[in-house]
Amino acid sequence: MAPKLPPQPPLQHSTTAVADGQAHGHAAPPKGIWRWLLTTNHKEIGTLYLIFSLTMFFIGGIFALVVRAELFQPGLQLIEPEFFNQMTTMHGLIMVFAAVMPAFTGLANWMIPLQIGAPDMALPRLNNFSFWLLPVAFTLLLSTLFMPGGGPNFGWTFYAPLSTNYGPPSTTFFILALHIAGISSILGAINIIATILNMRAPGMRLMDMPLFVWTWLVTAFLLIAVMPVLAGVITMMLMDINFGTSFFNAAGGGDPVLFQHLFWFFGHPEVYIMILPAFGIVSAIIPTFARKPLFGYASMVYATAAIALLSFLVWAHHMFVVGLPLVAELFFMYSTMLIAVPTGVKVFNWITTLFRGSISFESPMLFALAFVVLFTIGGFSGLMLAIAPADFQYHDTYFVVAHFHYVLVPGAIFAIMAGVYYWLPKWTGHYPNERLAQWHFWFSVIGVNLTFFPMHFAGLAGMPRRIPDYALQFADFNLLSSIGAFFFGASQLLFVLGVILCVRGGKKAPAKAWEGAVDLEWSVPSPAPLHTFETPPVFHRAST
Amino acid sequence: MSGGSYYVPASSRWPVLCSVALGAMMVGTGITLVYGTGLPLLLIGLIGVIAVMGFWFRDVISESQGGLYDEQMERSFRWGMGWFIFSELMFFVAFFGALFYVRMFAIPWLGGEGAKGVSALLWPDFVPTWPLLSPPDTAIEGPQQVFSPWQLPLVNTLILITSSITLTVAHEALKVGYRRTCRNWLVGTVLLGCCFIMIQGVEYYEAYAHYGITLEAGIFGATFFILTGFHGLHVIIGTLILATMLVRIQKGHFGDENHFGFEASCWYWHFVDVVWVGLFIFVYVV
Repeated sequence: MAPKLPPQPPLQHSTTAVADGQAHGHAAPPKGIWRWLLTTNHKEIGTLYLIFSLTMFFIGGIFALVVRAELFQPGLQLIEPEFFNQMTTMHGLIMVFAAVMPAFTGLANWMIPLQIGAPDMALPRLNNFSFWLLPVAFTLLLSTLFMPGGGPNFGWTFYAPLSTNYGPPSTTFFILALHIAGISSILGAINIIATILNMRAPGMRLMDMPLFVWTWLVTAFLLIAVMPVLAGVITMMLMDINFGTSFFNAAGGGDPVLFQHLFWFFGHPEVYIMILPAFGIVSAIIPTFARKPLFGYASMVYATAAIALLSFLVWAHHMFVVGLPLVAELFFMYSTMLIAVPTGVKVFNWITTLFRGSISFESPMLFALAFVVLFTIGGFSGLMLAIAPADFQYHDTYFVVAHFHYVLVPGAIFAIMAGVYYWLPKWTGHYPNERLAQWHFWFSVIGVNLTFFPMHFAGLAGMPRRIPDYALQFADFNLLSSIGAFFFGASQLLFVLGVILCVRGGKKAPAKAWEGAVDLEWSVPSPAPLHTFETPPVFHRAST
Repeated sequence: MSGGSYYVPASSRWPVLCSVALGAMMVGTGITLVYGTGLPLLLIGLIGVIAVMGFWFRDVISESQGGLYDEQMERSFRWGMGWFIFSELMFFVAFFGALFYVRMFAIPWLGGEGAKGVSALLWPDFVPTWPLLSPPDTAIEGPQQVFSPWQLPLVNTLILITSSITLTVAHEALKVGYRRTCRNWLVGTVLLGCCFIMIQGVEYYEAYAHYGITLEAGIFGATFFILTGFHGLHVIIGTLILATMLVRIQKGHFGDENHFGFEASCWYWHFVDVVWVGLFIFVYVV
């Protein structure tokens, strides 16, 4: 079932595409900064998203390092607790909304049109709008740190009444910034869905699409379904703060727990928004480097859809200790555990794809394999947390921090890096420096595990999250975590170096940069010309 | 599926200007709310957003009139508009969800149901009712009374349902090329939209002047205004969109079959209508 390259020589479309591009006389793009401000080209916008995301990854990373520096040893050394809270909050917000999500959107922009044989995104101007909202949103969000009273200090989950009654004055600006980011996500998702449903090459059915496209289709649906709920809940916060309403105020008949329900109705699908495209990337890379078609393509699609649907039914597992009725505890416990089934299908399929494959270990594959192993660890700790009575013990400890960092860092972020190393030859025309990439990989794996694995133990021993000081018995674990965090952070500079070197030069990559690659993007030359597939390619289904 | 003539616009300055204007509007809103001095910036941003959207849509319309769009482009617009309306629906779902949660759970629990001891200690005299006229804490003054659904809200319901019918007649007329009929029924629809907005304005005035339903009046006022307020905003936007369609009909835009701009406005209007029916039932009647 896996889609295959058309059998004709791969250069064919692209030469026509390039020739067409010149024949049609695409107006010369504006020069300099204007080119990037005004662009409607999916590749340029994809690049903008990726650069933005990388920048924010480092800004959010610096916030994390401030946190880790303070936690290096017990006691208060470097920063005030108030500022510590701002750092944990901003680290979470920036990483979720400004690093991981835009990175996946950037990859979607670059790769979805190439993978489905489309000339561009369905709505190119809207695409530009979606991107340029982000710098506005996050400049505003970061500027809250310099406002009187400081930035948001209530955790990235901004629970009421901590955020509404006790938050700093800048909370209003934080809400408005999040509104802009939400508009960006919704419009971007609409564009992606319209592209996937409407722009596929003739002959490509839904079940022929590469899994990255499939996972993004489902992700875009999730985004459109839950970002408006986030907009709704932050609007209610805005009203509570500025207009005296009582949504989250029990004195007026509202309920702070209502905030948590609404937030997590958004928040849980949100965590799948941050992992489903990662599944798609890994599902592209593992077959390529195992030189075997993906095992169980259809079951991968159904598992993706099942995860998305279940994600709407599990939100209150974040709220087991808030005082839910017993029946709710049980319902959300069991529904959460159900998610292990489709996720297990995926992990099984990846492993089975590897089975008797002719495997090589280039950097994208290394990151993808690390993803499978380490994401699964994060999944297992998630299962532990799903058990309501056990969660009473784990809740708000470093065990939770360990869990979601395992699914987000060696999960989402490793998949993004795997995707970048995998597709860099297509973007730049050069292979990334493999030796550098391998150093980056091994440093990252060591750094991630050194940072986050001890957190499991600290958490099980009872260390609470979001507290700048801790009892002496947690000192060793925290020392290890802090060393690991700085090591991991520093090793990401190798990634930047690798990307810059790859843009500037390196071993030339052919159209089909990886021997085992099969999807349509490998039929256009490397680097992909600005305009591709202006004449749609004919899609040839692989014989099964 | 791709047909080969998909129109990919050259670079455009509207999107980036729109995000700058939206940013200015948001910063202005923030400064207004927190420090009380940001109104000029808010207005500049708002006017900027409206102006840029006007220019942007003008470009789209002239491209459409210029025959640059093919069927595939129209399908992109269809998917885009459909999913946009779905996102709007989910926005209202958040508010309806809040309303249901408060009525089904929060208020009974505040009244002591389900052995929630804390609230019983805080407010032992609280009597759970809906509509909630006396919030738990006496510092918060509840509404004196609430609207009877069978007066203005019923009138508004009939107006909106009628407007959906008149709009459908206008659309059917356009499909068979009766442009004058289409125009007349569209005028009727826009007028009904304006009536709805005016009646809603009267109701808001009554709410504050005589009913004691205010934003500060506990959870009833909060849910009432957030639901009817955002719905009213959508009616205003929908009416403006339909007025634009009226102008375009006058200018001779839209073919018998090729008129997605008009159809999208119809979708939006029917969506606003459906939300109102939900509102009428759950905010006013039940």
